[in-house]
Amino acid sequence: MDWAFLLETTRQLLSGVPLALQLAVLSLGAGMVLAVGIHAAAVSGIAPLRWIAAAHVDLFRGTPLLVQIFFIYYGLGQVPAIRDSALWPFLREPYWCAVLALALNTSAYTAEIIRGALAAVPPGEVEAARACGMSGLLLRRRIVWPIALRHGLPVYGSEAILMVKATSLTSIITLTEVTGIAHKLISSTYRVVEIFVAAGAIYLAMTFALTLALSLAERRLGAHLSHRRS
Amino acid sequence: MSTPPVIVTQALNKRFGTVEVLKGIDFAARDGEVVSILGASGSGKSTFLRCLNLLEVPTSGRLHLLGEEVRLRTGGPVDRRQVDRLRAQVAMVFQNFCLWSHMTVLENLMEAPLHVQRRSKAEVRAEAEALLERVGLTARAGAYPAQLSGGQQQRAAIARALMMKPRVLLFDEPTSALDPELVGEVLKVMRDLADEGRTMLIVTHEMAFARDVSSRILFLDKGVIAAEGTPDRLFGGAVSERFDQFISRFVHH
Repeated sequence: MDWAFLLETTRQLLSGVPLALQLAVLSLGAGMVLAVGIHAAAVSGIAPLRWIAAAHVDLFRGTPLLVQIFFIYYGLGQVPAIRDSALWPFLREPYWCAVLALALNTSAYTAEIIRGALAAVPPGEVEAARACGMSGLLLRRRIVWPIALRHGLPVYGSEAILMVKATSLTSIITLTEVTGIAHKLISSTYRVVEIFVAAGAIYLAMTFALTLALSLAERRLGAHLSHRRS
Repeated sequence: MSTPPVIVTQALNKRFGTVEVLKGIDFAARDGEVVSILGASGSGKSTFLRCLNLLEVPTSGRLHLLGEEVRLRTGGPVDRRQVDRLRAQVAMVFQNFCLWSHMTVLENLMEAPLHVQRRSKAEVRAEAEALLERVGLTARAGAYPAQLSGGQQQRAAIARALMMKPRVLLFDEPTSALDPELVGEVLKVMRDLADEGRTMLIVTHEMAFARDVSSRILFLDKGVIAAEGTPDRLFGGAVSERFDQFISRFVHH
């Protein structure tokens, strides 16, 4: 094993970490905002809103993320209306196309996580709160949302980890995050194994840190969940 | 001399779809009364109790709580603020305890007094600790509901209901979800409450307890009050054939 080369490779790959994290954090943040809106539409009394929400979830869960990235990066530029719009300065940048694709993709999954977490809130506990005179925002803020958060957090953690890894796909539209740098190094050195071992280790470190943060958050929020009997 | 009724229902009717569960219940409970509501499953007894703090909205009829008529609208929602206000006075204890799973026992007790009644934290905390002592849960104040036995959870739920300083306590089959050996500890707490003159309405299958503790028995059958009276009178027999049949299923062997 050529340790000097591995070390140098790792150093170069690490310079892609800030971009990877930026993409993950931005798309998770925007995806969460979108997901809350999509969930609100999915449970609204207005049928067309429900259809749009269902279509969004089906579309972005039902097609590969790579196809979505290609479509947004190459496809949107083919539409004259978009090329002439105020959004074009953003949409012609691979960076914003990547953020958009990742955000839309994760929003579909996150909307489903929100739906599942809210459905898991025991109706009896909501009824007990109503029986104490709670309703409206107070009921949601004190009872429904905290319980849903505890149900949803472990699942959302998995989604966040998936997104960190999904940033590697954006190398295909020229972004030089960790995988993009790895490709460049391989084409100049042909040392595939060392470079991908180093890249893999970097992703592992990022997701491990995330896993650790999540389990800390879970423990702080839900000491009781681990003791649940039924 | 007689105190005004705290709960009055007139021709109370509840329908789920095409099923008429309550068929015109006329009922009144006075301050300090302990009324046990008995009946076979499907008789409407739980639905009746749930109508009394609007967890179910009656389909028709009139409901007075604490001398105030509850504004009911056919099919639509009732006045939410009035309902919230009255509910805090008419506390409910559930069959499945329904403690809030994300809070400790102490937090469960303090939640509604702090956030619904907006009382001071020091006062609420002192009261919660006193009530936990009373139901024998001082040592479990920091435990989460899932860490407690069913009997402990139900005692905590009763303490949570008492924290609201309610005028009326409603119990919906409070011992039905408990292991047999845990029933006694919950009934003991309820008996103490009855002895101190609290107004209680209890849906139960504990016949001996109902007979012993109640000032009045209400027997529901197929959505109507089929018999009503003091325990001595009803359990003495020869008042209602249906009631005698119902009771006979609990006492054989």
